[in-house]
Amino acid sequence: MALEESHVRRAAHLARLAVSDDQASGFVEDLSRILDMVDQLQSLDTEGVKPLAHPLDATQRLRADEVTESNQRDTFQRCAPAVENGLYLVPRVVE
Amino acid sequence: MQWETVIGLEVHVQLATRSKIFSGASTAFGAEPNTQACAVDLGLPGALPVLNEQAVAMAVQFGLAVHADIAEVSVFDRKNYFYPDLPKGYQTSQMYHPIVGPGDVEITLEDGATKLIRIHHAHLEEDAGKSLHEDFHGMTGIDLNRAGTPLLEIVSEPDMRSAKEAAAYLKAIHSIVTYLGISDGNMAEGSMRCDVNVSVRPTGQEAFGTRAEIKNVNSFRFVERAIAFEVERQIELIEDGGSVVQETRLFDPDRDETRSMRTKEEANDYRYFPCPDLLPVVLDQAYLDHLRSQLPELPADKRERFQNELGLSAYDANVISASRDMAEFFEAVHNECGDAKQSANWVQGELSGALNRENLSIANSPISARQLGQLISRVLDNTINGKAAKEVFQALWNGQGESADDIIDAKGLKQVTDTGAIEAMIDQVIADSPAQVAQYRDSEPEKRGKMIGYFVGQVMKASRGTANPQQVNGLLKEKLDALL
Repeated sequence: MALEESHVRRAAHLARLAVSDDQASGFVEDLSRILDMVDQLQSLDTEGVKPLAHPLDATQRLRADEVTESNQRDTFQRCAPAVENGLYLVPRVVE
Repeated sequence: MQWETVIGLEVHVQLATRSKIFSGASTAFGAEPNTQACAVDLGLPGALPVLNEQAVAMAVQFGLAVHADIAEVSVFDRKNYFYPDLPKGYQTSQMYHPIVGPGDVEITLEDGATKLIRIHHAHLEEDAGKSLHEDFHGMTGIDLNRAGTPLLEIVSEPDMRSAKEAAAYLKAIHSIVTYLGISDGNMAEGSMRCDVNVSVRPTGQEAFGTRAEIKNVNSFRFVERAIAFEVERQIELIEDGGSVVQETRLFDPDRDETRSMRTKEEANDYRYFPCPDLLPVVLDQAYLDHLRSQLPELPADKRERFQNELGLSAYDANVISASRDMAEFFEAVHNECGDAKQSANWVQGELSGALNRENLSIANSPISARQLGQLISRVLDNTINGKAAKEVFQALWNGQGESADDIIDAKGLKQVTDTGAIEAMIDQVIADSPAQVAQYRDSEPEKRGKMIGYFVGQVMKASRGTANPQQVNGLLKEKLDALL
């Protein structure tokens, strides 16, 4: 697949990554090579092969529905840049 | 041109687990901000999710109740987007292999007609936190107590054709989840939230029109209002030569309108992929059979039984079976008095009216089913008449007595059926009302039926409401006609 710089910019935006112009052209090259490898994989015949959701041949263990966590708000909020009335404060977001 | 409305609903149901879907933090409503948000919910580095077995069981129970295929293997995916109330930067959800596959729900419309609405699938996911935009010096406050609360998102097929059908569907889902006890269904507290997909097409056209998705539709009433507004907006737009754009709109209940939030071009690209922190969930047949055996009688079955075995009308059966609490209250009243029709009338009439007035749920009724059943028994065996029954009801409601019998005794409401006593009262009334008697005698025979009402009223008054009205009527007519 031919990757263009606009694709890189979009991916970077979605991931909230700051990418400079120099870096962007480099990423176009690197990512193109990765996509080439994906194309190679795509050419394999996977007819009848079930999609693999996880590399481990195991199934999810479940936990009992019990409250095991206590309130550790003060500890957690010690590393927050701003808190008030128990709330984490973040730059204003209005959708 | 005639237009047809096409509606599909996505209903998010908060599951009533004690702890969160992937952590052991409490899900209790109304706690101090961030006191129920642990390292997993906060998305702290190194914290790993472990799936709550009860959330899985509840999703499966729902699936079984809507006759759905339950996935033997289901997989959690990451839905990636950035928002401060989602600290991990992704919502753990099920995009490709949801736990509940295609199923169906029967809805009942106001005229008693029923319709089958297909369910596309239902999947498990986690709720996000809450953003508070009030004044925090230009900042936004984040409460993550809700983050990680288990949600079951139930996605319907676009099978609804009117706002009424959509509301009926939402009510049916509400009934099912509350019957199953997998959610408290409290829409005011956000335990059940609804996104509505609406489009219109010329009647007879097969292809769907372009749809708009309406968010923030969080009551049965709002569903109808939001759809009514949106349908009108789309039809006007098309008839004026415009076209509907695929977009997300927000319903504003205060202004009764929908407003554009974002169009498809700016739509989020969620870049779903299987969550590497969670393994596939595998369910075996024995587990499903076990859960199936635990299912309670569901609203549709109850409705049918109330109609076919107890002889209730389609309307009564539908209203009473809609809520498990009401259905069980009704059944307890019926067990006590043995008359289904009377039980239905009292539960839907006097009791529901009083509960609504005081904004109480039937689970908190000051009158127990047993008390109401006994009261009805006293009407059925003619101990009291209908008027006195209402007085007894009020007294029970106010806690003025333990049982209907106590109140009947204390207030002297026992119906007078002794013919002699009633005749004495009638004679007195006739003697006291010479003018009315003369009027009765002089009027046309066909008008006398109406005029007798005055005398009945006087006799009932004289008996302080305890005389048997049928007897009073019969005896009065005899006595008055004897004077002609």
